[in-house]
Order: sequence, then C-alpha cells, then structure tokens
Amino acid sequence: MCLAVPGKITSISADDPLMRTGQVSFGGIFKEVNLAYVPEAKINDYVITHVGFAISVLNEEEAHRVFDTLNQLNALDEPENPTP
Amino acid sequence: MKFVDEYRKSKQANQFADAIRRCVTRSWTLMEICGGQTHSIAKYSLQDLLPEKISLLHGPGCPVCVTPVTLIDKAVHIAALPDVIFCSFGDMLRVPGSREDLLTVKSKGGDLRIVYSPMDALKIAQDNPQKEVVFFAIGFETTAPANAMAIYKAKSDGIKNISFLVSQVIVPPAIRTILDSPENRVQGFLAAGHVCTVMGYREYEPISKDYCIPIVVTGFEPLDILQGIYLCVKQLEEGRAEVENQYSRSVRKEGNLPAQKIIQEVFQIVPRHWRGIGEIAQSGLGLREPYTQFDAENKFSCEVHSQERSTECISGLVLQGIKKPNECQAFGKSCTPESPLGATMVSTEGACAAYHRYQSVRS
Repeated sequence: MCLAVPGKITSISADDPLMRTGQVSFGGIFKEVNLAYVPEAKINDYVITHVGFAISVLNEEEAHRVFDTLNQLNALDEPENPTP
Repeated sequence: MKFVDEYRKSKQANQFADAIRRCVTRSWTLMEICGGQTHSIAKYSLQDLLPEKISLLHGPGCPVCVTPVTLIDKAVHIAALPDVIFCSFGDMLRVPGSREDLLTVKSKGGDLRIVYSPMDALKIAQDNPQKEVVFFAIGFETTAPANAMAIYKAKSDGIKNISFLVSQVIVPPAIRTILDSPENRVQGFLAAGHVCTVMGYREYEPISKDYCIPIVVTGFEPLDILQGIYLCVKQLEEGRAEVENQYSRSVRKEGNLPAQKIIQEVFQIVPRHWRGIGEIAQSGLGLREPYTQFDAENKFSCEVHSQERSTECISGLVLQGIKKPNECQAFGKSCTPESPLGATMVSTEGACAAYHRYQSVRS
C-alpha cells in the first residue's frame, strides 16, 4: 500500500497550486502526477510518487550516502598500505 | 531505473551482509514496520544473507491487513446499494468480511471500480452526478495526503455526490502497543520510509527514549534494508538507542510540511480498531467537523453485525510479530492467496502473501 516509486518529471503544468501536475516517467512509462506537496519540484527532478501524488523530491547527494557508508566499511576492512 | 537499480546490486548487498556479520556478537530481533519492506525482504531473500543471530519479525504496516472486519462489512453493504459506485484500491476487493468480500458484491452486479488514486474517484463523481460515489479511504500516513486532498477538493469544488469510508491509521501508537505487549520480542525497529517521508521522524524520538530502543528510518530496496539492519544492529551492539535516518534521500526530519498541513486540515486523531490487534487509542484519523458531510458512515445508514469468521488463521499474531506466517497450520493449505482466510494472505504486502509467493524465506 505504501508502495511509492521514483520517477523523473518531464513536464509541469501549473494553474491552481493544489492541482499542480507533472508528467512523470517511471522507466519510460509516463503518468500524470499531482505535485501539490512538492512545490519545490522542477523538471528533471526525481520524485517519489504514491497513489498519484509526489510526496518527496529525491536528494541526489543523500542518495550516495549508502555507497559512501559501504566505501568506509570496505576501507576499514582492507589491510593497511605498507609504509615505504 | 535511476534510484532503483543501484540499490539492488548483489555485490554491495553482500558487503553490507559482511559488515553486519562482523558487527554482531549477540542475538537480536528486529521488526520492519512496513509491508513493502516485508515484501522486499521475502522477494530478495534478505534473511538468508543475515547471520543466524539476527531475526526479522514483520510488523503491522499493511493497511489492507489491519482494516477492521466491521469496515469491510460496511463497504460490502454500501457497495451493494443501487445507485452507488464504490471505488477502492484493488487490494481491498478480496479481503474477507464476516460473510462476503467486495469482489463477491461485484460478481453479483455491484458497480465496483478499482482506482489508482482517490482523485480518480472524485473524477468519477463529477462524471456521474446522478450516482453516489463512495471511496474506501484506507491507508497509513503515506496515503493520508492523497485521501485528504480528495476530501478537501470535494468540499472546495462543491462535489456533493461523493463520500469516503475512512480507515486511516498511524504508525507510532502501534509501535507503542507492540512494545507494551508482555509477549514483545522486538529489540529494534526499521521504521517505514514512506510514512516518515510524509510525517518526518520527530515523533519516533520519544518512543526510542521511553523504551530505550533503536529506530532506523529505512527505505525499501535491498541495500536500504540491509543498511537499516546494519545501523540498527550497530546501535544495539554499542548500547545506543537513537532514531537514525537511513532513507535520507527521501526523508527529512520534519517530513513533508505541505502534506501535513492538508492532513491536519481534513483529519483529526481518533481511536481506531486494528484487525487482528484490537482498538488502539489515538491510532487513527477521522474526518474533522467541516468535512463530516463526506463521511460515508454518516451518509449511509449501515448497522452491521460483524463477526470474525472462526478459522485457524493467526494473522493477528503475525501482525504483532509474535508468530511468523509459516507457523500457521493453515498456511499454504486451507489459506492461500487464491482462497485467503486472513487479510495478511490477500495484500501483496501482507506477510503471509509475501512468504507464500517467495517460499525461500526461512522459518
């Protein structure tokens, strides 16, 4: 039920702020999505969408943190470089 | 797909699994709250990547599963009325009521329509002014902004022929109920990433403090869940009990403020009955006074005498994390997705349905 998927905004039409909508591409499948709850969203942003409403704009920088953590863990695990 | 594929790589998943293995010295039992997370755990066999010492219990975060039988019976009653178009998310159609489910009403000629969004029901109401349209407004906090917007727009646009059968529930009181149970085994929670996208995670801080328990706001992809488990286990091993945010690409601490504003405009906190668990104080959302004209329970007189069918089904215990699906005698025998005894076997996010679909999850 709380399934929500990321998609990329390809166009925005804005009249009434409560009915601000955008075309969002979910891996090539386009759907009209209500953008009332993400007033900051711009074309090319990725939004998380649930039952026709975008509920967040994905933060690119934060999205890398999972991999930063992995890199740190791997660095801890590797043997120290020999000193010259 | 960006923001999906990169979180499903097996090499990185194994690296997290190794990190968890290195970190664990004792046995720990964690619970993922959301049915979407349960589904991912089963689908990607994540439990199999974890050391024996880590047990995962599956939480009550499946709105289809916890919608009480009384409301299913009311939905069945209303959907069968002439001149009613009953709109619902598809998952609700096969949830057993006392006697019938909504699909049976449809098979007998009821005008039942599966919709993708509550806004679709609004459109159906506008297109059919001679009919009464009813939307089954179920969901957790994730769905509340969409349901609230449909109700808000119905009022502001003066659409009179729509009403909402509301079964909105909220997560934090359910976590407290689980922790208060004498049978509780949960030592750390993976909180639901999309619920927290809407509500933020400030309200989890007093729970973490009161019960001295780690809560990690977690996403839904395999790497998200494994990192959530890693962060939770690390806290437990280090004797910490904090709220951490693994799903920071979507979740801000304060949540989505415009969405919260509409939720507060339309809904107020009410007690709610959870199927399989019972009544939980302050655990649901009901319509505020200016919007009660859109309450389907007021619009349609529907006195129903509901009774849970007596079966071997243990879905209540599954929803509270006390039992696992495959500990049920009926699992896969008298209870299957084609012929479900309990709601947890109906919804794709129900723990029983997830276990049944991806049998590889170990007991």
